[in-house]
Order: sequence, then structure tokens, then C-alpha cells
Amino acid sequence: MSDADKPSPQQLVDHLFRHEAGKMIAVLTRIFGIHNLELVEDTVQETFLKALQVWKYKALPDNPSAWLMQVARNRTIDLIRRQQKQTNISDELSMRLQSDAELAIEQLFLDTEIADSQLRMIFTCCHPALSPEDQVALTLKTVSGFGVQEIARALVSNEAAIQKRIYRAKEYIREHQIQFEIPSGLALSDRLETVYTVLYLLFNEGYNSMKADELIRHDLCAEAMRLCKLLTEHKVCAQPSCFALLALMCFQASRFDSRLGEDNTIILLQQQDRGKWDRELIALGYQFLSQSSTGSYLSVYHIESAIAAEHCLAPDFESTNWNTLLRLYDLLLIRKPIPIVQLNRAVILAQTAGVATAIDTILDIPGILELLDRHYIYAAVLGELYRRAGNAAESRRLLEKAYTLTPSLAEKRLLQEKLAAIA
Amino acid sequence: MKDFMFIFRGPSPEDLNYTPEQYQAAMQKWFGWIGELSAKGRYVGGDPLVREGKTIQGKKPVVTDGPFAEGKELLGGYIIIKAESLQEATEMAFGFPDFEVEGSVEVREIMKMTMP
Repeated sequence: MSDADKPSPQQLVDHLFRHEAGKMIAVLTRIFGIHNLELVEDTVQETFLKALQVWKYKALPDNPSAWLMQVARNRTIDLIRRQQKQTNISDELSMRLQSDAELAIEQLFLDTEIADSQLRMIFTCCHPALSPEDQVALTLKTVSGFGVQEIARALVSNEAAIQKRIYRAKEYIREHQIQFEIPSGLALSDRLETVYTVLYLLFNEGYNSMKADELIRHDLCAEAMRLCKLLTEHKVCAQPSCFALLALMCFQASRFDSRLGEDNTIILLQQQDRGKWDRELIALGYQFLSQSSTGSYLSVYHIESAIAAEHCLAPDFESTNWNTLLRLYDLLLIRKPIPIVQLNRAVILAQTAGVATAIDTILDIPGILELLDRHYIYAAVLGELYRRAGNAAESRRLLEKAYTLTPSLAEKRLLQEKLAAIA
Repeated sequence: MKDFMFIFRGPSPEDLNYTPEQYQAAMQKWFGWIGELSAKGRYVGGDPLVREGKTIQGKKPVVTDGPFAEGKELLGGYIIIKAESLQEATEMAFGFPDFEVEGSVEVREIMKMTMP
């Protein structure tokens, strides 16, 4: 790194405010209660406001994160003091309660407690009684510090709809007195499953979204990984499945930049420049994968990360170990007997058993005719297999169908190329 | 070189309802501007003003509570810079980051009192 590239002292860490917002909201919720989320969010706003006003005329403090936390803590103690004054007790008792409260508040601002509070917030936002859409929106707002318009942009929705989801989720939490806690005992693994699902949803929203812009998609993937890593760093939540999910995200994310060409066209796995895959992320993926291989429980994330690892392992498309992949997909199908897994398995089958077998397998998927009519991916994959089988008419019919179904311009371009190749 | 005061008016950030990412972006722009002035040795100092205040006026002075102005008229802070002329100071004020949120800069030379 040359001197000119070195970040100047006045450079903020990427997403500092987002990450600090998540931390502060979690700590303050622990203090004021989940029913006071509005007060908590106002306090965070006040803290940022103060930072903006003071920092912009002066130098950035040595430790911006600590500075923000200090301001939030002082403001909190101030608010608690004011509330204490309103109770009907003697000055002496009030003083004693106050010093107890201040001590407790100091404790909650310690790093280990901050991490603990953040996990409580994740569990609360991912409460199974909330719908997946509400879980994702609330998590992005409350845990990740995204603004409403940023969430709308990321989830390709509008601000009013996101506002409504967040409002609805907060109301539910308040009315049903959802506890702000890390579940324990038997409930923990069930609740963790829901958290994994939300994080995976978040990641996929970023990885696969066909409409959102690249920048916000990248943010979403990075955020899902950050939260998943947070889970793995907590003694109770660091379950093997959690490491497996994180490994899966690393493997997928390593291909993030090689999936799209310069003009935003999709580059298929087969044609991707494997030299562009992020080796650092792949190495991290293997590290987390090995950390996931303890215990006797094999989660879907174990299988899916093994599949992703298998792709990363092959130096080129031709040397992919299709037999191993097929075995992994067979395993996955037992755990997740859903059409999309059957479709992906058929793609592998085309490599091991031939295109005809793959086509038959797809045609055997229950409800396939409706799926072909509704979801572009089924028509696109089957159309491609027919092309390889030499059935031009059937191939053209399906690819044209896929073309009308996909909202993505990049997909349309890819399908167009294929259609041109048949003609 | 003479000293000039840049007086900032504009909506308070609390009215802009920034998201954390927008706070960060706003901060980064200010760092860019103030940093550039500092690097050239032109930045003397500055402070934000607290929003709440009082106004005293009238022949029989009457005290009224602030805020004194709405939205873009609100006085938010000031900085002092060094420049050769009002012309140069005015050019330097073009780096002010808050024009796009309807902020404004008033550029005034600070009058130096010299002993007779």
C-alpha cells in the first residue's frame, strides 16, 4: 500500500454508523425494554446527531465507536435519573437506587454484554410468530441499522410497505410481550433454526435478487455474514450448523463478482473465470466448514456448504466431481424434498447419467407443468437440457417461456443468446 | 491574510431524519471539506450551536424562547477561515456540503481592531 492509498485519519470505517446503531439499539433495549423501542431509537438518533455536529468541526475522536457509546450511556443515565425523580420515594432511597441503576447500566455497556444484547435482539426480530417478511425487515432495521428506504431498495419494495411491516412486527412484539432474551434449553435449537432461516433469506435476497442494484445487494450479503459470524462467536449460539451456514455464505460470496459480466450479463458457473473467485473467502469457508464438523447432527447447511465447497474445489468446470455432488444432492433431497432441489439435482444428473435422464427426472417433479408456467428457472433449465438433447422445438418453446417469465434484464439477455444459438 | 467567518444556516440534521448510512455520508463530506481547508492551513476553528436558545429584544427588552427560525433559516454553526480576499473566501465556501439540503453559507470578514 503506497502512502497515498493509506486511509487518512478522517476516514470513517465502512458502515460504522450502521453497525453502531445496531449495537446501541440492542444495549438500550436491554435497559429500557423492548416495549420502549421508540425511545431507544430516538436516543440513538440523538447520539448520532451530536456526533455529526461535534465531529464535523473538530477532528474525529481516536475511538469513534467508544465516543458514541459514551454519549449514549450518558444520555441513558440522564433519562433514568429523570424517571427516578418522579417516583414517590425519599431522596436517600432514590440516591441508592440511582447508584445501583448506574452500576447496572455501566455493566451493560461492556463489550461482552453488548454482544449478548445484540443476540437477544436477533432472536427477538426473528421470533417464529412473525412472518418471514416481517422478520427480515425488522432485523435489517433494528439489528443492522438500515434505514427504511434502504430496506425498500434492498428488498425491492416501497417505503410504505416496509414501514408497515416494521410497525406490524413491533406491535406484535409489544402486544404479545415477546421476551428480549436468548432462549435456553430445548427452545434454543428451534429458535436458532428460525434465525438461520432469516439470515439465509437475507443472504439470498442479496445474492439472487434480480432487481436490486449491486451495491445494496453486496451490503445485504455482507450483513448476513456479519450477523452469522456474531452468532458463531457466542458460546451458546456457536452450534455446528451455524458454522456450516457461515461456510456456505463464504463459498457463495466468493463467486459474487464473477457472476456478472461488464455489461451486467449473467455468467454461468461453467463460463465463470475461476481466477476471479475470492480465494480468501474460500479459505475462510473451509475453515468454518471444518469447525462445523462436530456433533452428530447433519443440518441442511452442512450439505449445502459441502455442495458449494465441491464447486470451489474444482479447478475448472470439467473436473467437477459430479458423483460426489450427486450424492450430496441425494442427501439434501431427503432433508428438503422440494422442487427447486429436485431441479438442481437434475442438472447434476445431466452430467453423470446423461441429458435424457435429467429431462425425465424434471418431468417427474410433482406439479411440474404449473412450475414451468410460473417460474422462469424451471423453463430455463429444462429448455437448456432440451437444447443439449437436440430437441430444438421444445427447447425454443421453453426458453421463450422463460424469457417472458423473468423480470431480470440480465436473465433475458442470457436467454436471448441461447435462443439465437438454436436458430 | 484576513480572517473570515462562514455562518451556516439550514435545516437541523434532526429534521432531516437521517438513516445511519446517511449520517455517515454527511460526516464524510464534512471531513472532506474541513480536511481540505486544514491541509491548506486555512482552517482556524469552528463550533456548532445548540438548537435551543433565547432572544432578547425591544426597547423594554423582552425574552422569547428559541428556536428563532424555521427550517433553512436556522443558524447551525460557524467556522473561521483564512483567505486573501472576500472573493477567495467566497470561492472556498463552495465546498460547503449542505447546499443540497437547502443549507446556506454567509461569508463575512472579521473586522480587526487596531489600536490607534
